[in-house]
Amino acid sequence: MAFDKMELRDTEVWDGNLAAAHALRQCQVDVVSAYPITPSTPIVEGYAKFKSDNYVEGEFIMVESEHAAMSGCIGAAAAGGRVATATSSQGLALMAETLYQASGMRLPIILNIVNRALAAPLNVNGDHSDMYLVRDSGWIQFDAFSPQEAYDLNFIAFKVAEDHEVRTPAVINQDGFMTSHTAQGVKTMDDDTAFNFVGEFKPMNDMLDFEHPVTHGVQTEEDWHFEHKARQHNDMMTIVPQKIDAVFEEFAKLTGRKYNQIEKYDMDDADVAVVCMGTSVETAREVAKEMREKGIKAGVVGIRVFRPFPFMAIAEALKDVKAVAALDRSAPGGTAGALFNEIAGSLFNSDSKIVLSGYIYGLGGRDLTKRHLVDLYTELQANADAGKVLTQQQQFIGVRGPKLAYL
Amino acid sequence: MLEIRWHSRAGQGAVTGAKGLADVISTTGKHVQAFAFYGSAKRGAAMTAYNRVDDAVIMNHEKYMEPDYVFVIDPALVYTSDVTINDKQNTVYIITTHMSTEELIASQPKLEGKRVYTLDCIKIAQETIGRAIPNTPMLGAFMKVSGMYDMEFFKESMKRILAKLPQKIIDANMLAIQRAYDEVK
Repeated sequence: MAFDKMELRDTEVWDGNLAAAHALRQCQVDVVSAYPITPSTPIVEGYAKFKSDNYVEGEFIMVESEHAAMSGCIGAAAAGGRVATATSSQGLALMAETLYQASGMRLPIILNIVNRALAAPLNVNGDHSDMYLVRDSGWIQFDAFSPQEAYDLNFIAFKVAEDHEVRTPAVINQDGFMTSHTAQGVKTMDDDTAFNFVGEFKPMNDMLDFEHPVTHGVQTEEDWHFEHKARQHNDMMTIVPQKIDAVFEEFAKLTGRKYNQIEKYDMDDADVAVVCMGTSVETAREVAKEMREKGIKAGVVGIRVFRPFPFMAIAEALKDVKAVAALDRSAPGGTAGALFNEIAGSLFNSDSKIVLSGYIYGLGGRDLTKRHLVDLYTELQANADAGKVLTQQQQFIGVRGPKLAYL
Repeated sequence: MLEIRWHSRAGQGAVTGAKGLADVISTTGKHVQAFAFYGSAKRGAAMTAYNRVDDAVIMNHEKYMEPDYVFVIDPALVYTSDVTINDKQNTVYIITTHMSTEELIASQPKLEGKRVYTLDCIKIAQETIGRAIPNTPMLGAFMKVSGMYDMEFFKESMKRILAKLPQKIIDANMLAIQRAYDEVK
């Protein structure tokens, strides 16, 4: 092969960004079209360095904005290449228009979003505002809770997205700084094993196949637009979840690391549970264990796949729980948190007698401490004992000033 | 769980130091975490970096920490930052200063009654590496104070971590680590 292989130790101490950059290298991405933004910059910077050091056979396109970055990815993917990029926050906001183009054109692009707050006020730290901004853009959305998962989920995302029955772009979310700039042990795959898992890119309807000319970027008005969107949604609801499960299974066989659309921790006999995303899932796992020592049967549900949303799996996981909290790391802008609404939707027509409360936390990188979570589980136990939400349905965790509670 | 907080100025190498230490410890089979508070950090701005070490996978991602060790790698931060915040009864301080431990404590009463070790990482770095990068000397001092690893093992590990640097710089760092090990009091 024209490029060099890299010797990795079985466990490398990598932050989430470096883990994602190595995954892009090992997948031998053909084209990265990117514009840098904190805290995601080291991912594309890492790919560029691997390329200039001859560890990747690919192209790096430097562009003038994130809108152009994703446009470059769309062009390269339509031409028939394995394509990826990374962004955060305002960069993702500027990309938003083109994300819908990518999913509508069924181009299997991989986007690493290093989650960061949206201005104003300007803030470079981690929250889920950007993740929520594009949640309905037709992309598959995975969520990593640690650098290890940022690494693993990249391979999984390529394999799912590029499947010819899926052909849908995918996002891998990781928490800005809390994952992206936190170095932890990451179990690696060697270059051959990693590449063989995703395999050679197999194009479909590629523009550079001149024997089979195709049209990309078509216009459909009221005659066909709805059918296109409905078909796409149908695939998200029926084909994609099955493919994700199959790839999770295959990855587990290879590495021993088993992922699930929702991750359940201490949920078998839980009376109270927290549902959240990102690094908070792991901190909550630790606190749940400590609560059990105090006699509170606490559990955690982490959302691994945010889109397609695991609606039925959530209902099933929570069916015997008495009180649950939905934690949203994004300003709700005048309604309940998105996760609160999703979970409420999944539970509403079920037989569950569960009581649900919502919490907004961690905006702009505000710390979610173990003490916050101890208080939260204690409050949930009181709700469980009373059989109703004793507080208002929406509260804020860790914000200074007078206590905020609504609904 | 062993927890360390670094007080540094952006550009002095606390993040690199914390990640290097995590890398060394990881090779012994322990689980590690290294992170920092950045904000929109400018060179010279006070900042903090952190290490966690445990026998089990580290799940805790809170930034709040009650450290077992506090490393201060810039001498002025003892006066301008609260280096004792959230400490414990037995927290150990390793502080870079040109003063003796007694003089330092007299100049900063908050350190009274605490377990304080001192050395001049800045001077050591300037005289060995030729630049005021006090991160590797601090790790040499930490090896002495904690007795965590045999010095030869630690130096060999650091050589691997610094491998991308010119040999001259690697050698200078080894000297700096050894001097810090010998000079910390």
